[in-house]
Amino acid sequence: MTAVAHPLRISRWVGAPLAGALLASLLLAAPIRLLGLPLPEPVTLMAPAFAWAMIRPSVSPALALLGGGLALDGLWGTPAGLWALALLAAYLPVLALRNILAGQSTAVLWVWYALSCLIAQSVGWLITVWVAEAAPSLVAAGLQWLSTVLLFPVAALLIEYFRDADVRFR
Amino acid sequence: MSFRDNPFGEIRLPLLLGAAAAAIVALIIAFAVLMVDRRQTYQTGAYNALRKVSDEVVAPVAGAVAAPVRWAGGVAEGIGGYFFAASENRRLRAELTAAQAWRERAVALAAENARYRALLGLSVDPPVPMVTARAVGESRGPYANTRLINAGSDRGVRVGHPVLSENGLVGRVIGVSPRVSRILMLTDAASRTPVMIQRTRARAILTGDGGWAPELAYLRGRDAARDGDLVLTSGDGGVLPQGITVGRVVRGVDGGWRVRLASDAAPIDFIRVLLFEDFVKLEDLRAMNLPSPPPPPTAILQGIGPPASAGAPAGKPQKAQP
Repeated sequence: MTAVAHPLRISRWVGAPLAGALLASLLLAAPIRLLGLPLPEPVTLMAPAFAWAMIRPSVSPALALLGGGLALDGLWGTPAGLWALALLAAYLPVLALRNILAGQSTAVLWVWYALSCLIAQSVGWLITVWVAEAAPSLVAAGLQWLSTVLLFPVAALLIEYFRDADVRFR
Repeated sequence: MSFRDNPFGEIRLPLLLGAAAAAIVALIIAFAVLMVDRRQTYQTGAYNALRKVSDEVVAPVAGAVAAPVRWAGGVAEGIGGYFFAASENRRLRAELTAAQAWRERAVALAAENARYRALLGLSVDPPVPMVTARAVGESRGPYANTRLINAGSDRGVRVGHPVLSENGLVGRVIGVSPRVSRILMLTDAASRTPVMIQRTRARAILTGDGGWAPELAYLRGRDAARDGDLVLTSGDGGVLPQGITVGRVVRGVDGGWRVRLASDAAPIDFIRVLLFEDFVKLEDLRAMNLPSPPPPPTAILQGIGPPASAGAPAGKPQKAQP
């Protein structure tokens, strides 16, 4: 059975994942506990950021990451620009290495995704050290990194969905 | 087919460069926004207009979107409560028995305290008015631990007001909009709170780091803290009233003293904002910063003797001169 190519309309491959990621962050910001534990706080925008770099190079993902990152800052109360910088810093290396990453197995892509999440966390950590003049807990940063890494199946799904959408970048 | 043989090779490179250029421009814009935000935080009473607007927008949306999650959480808690009802009932009975003995002792001590205060003519702090609000959104990541509540300046909330749950101190207000306020939690990396150990009265600064247990920094003295010691607000600096429960001392994995927060005992849903104004906040800072008046002429000073209190032993009350 041959895979059906889905057209690359901005609303489909950038708008919908961006809205979905922000909606998920809003849901996870609910002040509740499940079975005595607080909800995790993954950086949901990392999954589309990785997938956008893999699907095809374009101007719109950079703008979406800028807007989405600023929206996350507004939601979480982090210094304005922190998450936009962190997400773009993670997006750029993947964009530069996309020719090498294209066609790799899912497990290898997962490792690269974890590395890009690590870049985003490192940038966030350094900015917080600079702004708050205090080092955030590495354990807390590690837990957020782990919960974000577990979102890779969402990124893999997006990559698979738009795999043959643009024949120039097949 | 190799990369060079790709018929679209000539199109791919400009597209890649265009995307990279857009990302770099976005990166520069994000950095500029960060710099502007950082600059504004240094200004007096800064909670910039952009943040006020974003809080006003985020709070109702977060409240509405989170409603189903809140409902699901309530159902899950209800199911958990149903299955653990017997053990919880036993625990509550034991706590009630212990509390009844403490209640009798507390009533006796309160009466004794009131008698002593009357004898000494001590004036006690007036009760602090408070506002009850609901938390509509929270962030609990490593770089920000804040909460949005649905009470703002229209209900008298101001920057710096302490925020409590039913179990203890939660944080303080850092941003106020007309209908929404943002609370900086004790666990935030930017949070610094003056506290004391109840047993030893040793002072420390509770320093958040984004983790679940903030650190006790600048703790001095031998045996100043032990596992399980109660930590209260010290009231130093007039930022918070004295004696609010903060938590219990625990030894961290790094060997330092940390505090398990009392407010973590239950979900922080409804909170109270203390409309607390200390004398430190009421000082006229502009008047204090004015240049001091010039000294009086020497001729006048020569005609004035030493002050009446000079040379008197410290602590001895002076008799009034006829």
